[in-house]
Amino acid sequence: MTNAAALQIATPSDVEVVMTRVFDAPRRLVWQAWTSPEHVSQWMLGPEGWSMPVCEIDLRPGGSWHFVWRKANGAEMEMRGTYREVAPPERLVSTEKWGPEWPETVNTLTLAELDGRTTLTQTILYPSKQARDAALKTGMADGAATSMDRLEKRLHTLTPR
Amino acid sequence: MQPSGYEPEAGGGLDATFAALADPTRRAILARLAAGEASVLELAEPFDVTQPAISKHLKVLERAGLVSRGRDAQRRPRRLEAQPLAEASQWLEDYRRHWEANFRRLDAVLETMKSADKKRARPKRQGARR
Repeated sequence: MTNAAALQIATPSDVEVVMTRVFDAPRRLVWQAWTSPEHVSQWMLGPEGWSMPVCEIDLRPGGSWHFVWRKANGAEMEMRGTYREVAPPERLVSTEKWGPEWPETVNTLTLAELDGRTTLTQTILYPSKQARDAALKTGMADGAATSMDRLEKRLHTLTPR
Repeated sequence: MQPSGYEPEAGGGLDATFAALADPTRRAILARLAAGEASVLELAEPFDVTQPAISKHLKVLERAGLVSRGRDAQRRPRRLEAQPLAEASQWLEDYRRHWEANFRRLDAVLETMKSADKKRARPKRQGARR
């Protein structure tokens, strides 16, 4: 792992999270890997132990997507959304929702290529600051599968530093 | 592990922490306090803002449990409280770990795609390139 491949995560405003990561591949391939079910189901798995039995992508403005993750113990979670802008190989805007009680986010992916390497920037826009902080708290997939009670317990086991 | 060392009511919670951290002046104040405690006057010095403005920022930081006041009645030095900050960065760390795992797998997927690409290109110009 080189420094160039390090993942940057920033919170530039109260309602955003921005991730930036460089990949050693042209953006045409990064786009493909990000938007075709055969590839997505191989890498978008979150923490160890999860598989992705459902990965449906209807890649067109207004088209929907639907992902389901499953753990060996039977736990499942799903996420769905709609594509708003589809501009290969550089820009993808989509909505994302974990379930009825979760806020919908608007995710903007941009891919910029330089010398065969691609800088991926994913901006996640939350409807409110509280929604964003809650999502950060749950640590995405790992926490979404975890109830708030279990999260509270985890908080208590954190070693104070 | 010191579960008893954590007091949920002590600070203003993670929301308050993130709100307090959202302002660049407040982040600068925290950075200054990381180097050691300081009075309001000392804290105001490097900034192009009035002392009451600094006091207001300090109030936000205190409410979030990020800053506390020292015992010295004259100077009332402020000091950094590390615990809420550690929690906030812990959550960001979880988020980061989740995506780092994803992106490492994506690296591997891209490598496979790159070699598939090369294989497709090879029959056309064998030996001429690469």
